[in-house]
Amino acid sequence: MTTTEMMTLKTEPFVLNFGPVHPSTHGVYRMRATLDGEVIIDIEPVVGYLHRGIEKLAEERTYTGFIPLTDRLDYISPMSNNLAYCLAVEKLAGIKVPERAEYIRIIIAELQRLANHCVAVGSFLNDAGAYFTPFMYTFREREKIIDLFDMVCGQRLTYNYMRIGGVSQDIPEEFMPALKKLVDQLTRFIEEYERLLKQNEILLARAKDVGILPRETAINYGISGPVARASGVKWDLRKADPYSIYDRFEFDIPVGETGDCYDRYRVRIEEMRQSLRILKQAMKDIPSGPVKADVPHLVRPPAGEAYAHLEAPKGELGFYLVSDGSIAPYRCHIRPTSLINLGALREMVRGWKVADLIIIFGSIDITMGEVDR
Amino acid sequence: MTIADAVINSLPMQATVTPDWPGGYWWHWLFFTVLLIVFVLCMVMGAIYIERRGMARMQSRLGPNRTGPFGLLQAVADAIKVLLKENIVPDKADKLVHWLAPVIAFAPAMMIFAVVPFQDGALLADLNIGILYVVAISSVSTVGVFMAGWGSSNKYSLLGAMRNVAAVVSYEMPLVLAIVGVVMVAGSLSLNQIVLAQDIPFFLVQPLGFLIFFIAGCAEINRSPFDLMEADSELVAGFHTEYSGMKFAMFYLVEYAEAIAISAIIATIFLGGWRGPFLPDWLWFIVKVFVVFFLMVWTRTTLPRVRIDQLMALAWKFLFPLALINLFITAVQVMFWPPALPWLMVVVNIVIMVILVVSWSKFFKLGWGRLEV
Repeated sequence: MTTTEMMTLKTEPFVLNFGPVHPSTHGVYRMRATLDGEVIIDIEPVVGYLHRGIEKLAEERTYTGFIPLTDRLDYISPMSNNLAYCLAVEKLAGIKVPERAEYIRIIIAELQRLANHCVAVGSFLNDAGAYFTPFMYTFREREKIIDLFDMVCGQRLTYNYMRIGGVSQDIPEEFMPALKKLVDQLTRFIEEYERLLKQNEILLARAKDVGILPRETAINYGISGPVARASGVKWDLRKADPYSIYDRFEFDIPVGETGDCYDRYRVRIEEMRQSLRILKQAMKDIPSGPVKADVPHLVRPPAGEAYAHLEAPKGELGFYLVSDGSIAPYRCHIRPTSLINLGALREMVRGWKVADLIIIFGSIDITMGEVDR
Repeated sequence: MTIADAVINSLPMQATVTPDWPGGYWWHWLFFTVLLIVFVLCMVMGAIYIERRGMARMQSRLGPNRTGPFGLLQAVADAIKVLLKENIVPDKADKLVHWLAPVIAFAPAMMIFAVVPFQDGALLADLNIGILYVVAISSVSTVGVFMAGWGSSNKYSLLGAMRNVAAVVSYEMPLVLAIVGVVMVAGSLSLNQIVLAQDIPFFLVQPLGFLIFFIAGCAEINRSPFDLMEADSELVAGFHTEYSGMKFAMFYLVEYAEAIAISAIIATIFLGGWRGPFLPDWLWFIVKVFVVFFLMVWTRTTLPRVRIDQLMALAWKFLFPLALINLFITAVQVMFWPPALPWLMVVVNIVIMVILVVSWSKFFKLGWGRLEV
């Protein structure tokens, strides 16, 4: 034994509980982290603090009556949940959606993506320690989007706007001018944001090459959405399996190279730009006409099963419905984006420091409502 | 008048000796001490107000504006609130250490002001080793912080305290070396003499020293982007997680009193202290203190937080060697520079600073990334 080895102090790992009440676990997520000083040896995720049994509740409600509950899944982007569920029921019952409703759905879904990415980017930077400034900036913009949602459905958080066969009501007259203004504002806002943070030395030091998720690992874990695309998986359901009328629009899929936290942040910013592109096209082409197909209040889909998925802001969100021909689903299963994306967290954080754990976790962008259901 | 004088003068047999201003009587000394503490606490309240309102403006929100005119009484309202709050001590805490920690952290922050000149000669004790006293006293706060972290028997607190000790020990080096440069130019350790020596403010004569002192000072008092001892998104509140009521308020006061103290030291030794045209001397001094403090607020709202290994790397790989080089250059200049050309020295030193900082930032990388576990 050399002198240095003899003089080395004995250390032992200790367990630190992050959560369920912690400022950066985005809800009630809990991690039992085994630390060696500041270095993470292992984490053990503990979920279920927000379990409400939403899948079971679906069996007790009518097909329409379940729509408000989907709002409570990913409450950062409820419109996408609404839409995913309605797509599944429409597929099950074979309902055709009117043209105008399709356009409204696209506009709303893309606005929802913008709002979600505002929250994701803002809270990611907040986790990185930028004391609330980016957070407040992005929430300022999200507020404008929420005002638009308020305009179409009267709600600001749980919208319950999509209906089976369309949307609940037509957009009001003042919506389109307001949307046009918003698109201009957001374009400028994204530039402002880029100036503030794109080349920020500390952000680069903190996020670049941190928490790398290799391409193969991402695919093996079934990761989807911006997290997968940051790892170089060019997989976007809007292109890969076009639902609704996404095949009519022109947009790119931004992909990252290394799959680190910085790439995930970059991919989200680029996606916001692409969403604005889609919005501009949809605003131009939107036809007039009915906004809801002639669907009875109590939908009775024929016995069978259907799985519909869409590219929610956080990734692939799917609803699997089994019908026995009654007014309620026999079984409803949700493919939660957040829970599956969270799967790779352990791989990503091992060997990094406590501070990195927080920003890697933040860069995945999860909502606990969706993880626990 | 020095503290030693005051002690001697307070002895009965010295009472007949005619003292010089502000009087050799012990109650005089007590009076000015209390006055100074009250004045400093008022400045701290001003600092809290500036930070909260200024930060709010930068984050596109309003900040406290309901209590009193323009929200000026918010700090008073908060003080009353914390005084009335219950004092909660964790069951497993080391009671004595837990109780003593805020006091030990609080006292040195106040003691620094004993040697700060508010205008020519207006200081409690004109120590001839003034700046050395500041350096020595300011590190004592760390003991209080570490006691808080240890005594709380909370792992977050302990991690925060460990980070604090590591940071203070590391940043003391460049801090002191930057001061030594100033002392060599001024030829005195007394803060009043240093101010008198500044015909050209020393931030121009010692630009590199100023930069190093500002960064190291921010790190020493846990200001963002080096606030990782109380990193709110990682460690909840760091070392004062388990404190409530007045004991928490003490730590809160310490934080701002230290910020004001460092601002005052920077204003004194780099910005020419109370010297300036038109305005009264003491007003110049206060203005300069708050300008420096505003710079700290500004960085806090703008920058994300660094990681612990990056913090260490910045101290030892960047600031420490640069401080040594600065010291060497200053020594040579003090020996050989012709006294007739002081402004040429300013230009030369600024050029040297730019070259050194730019070339040094190419050399090294912050932090060392992932460890194999």
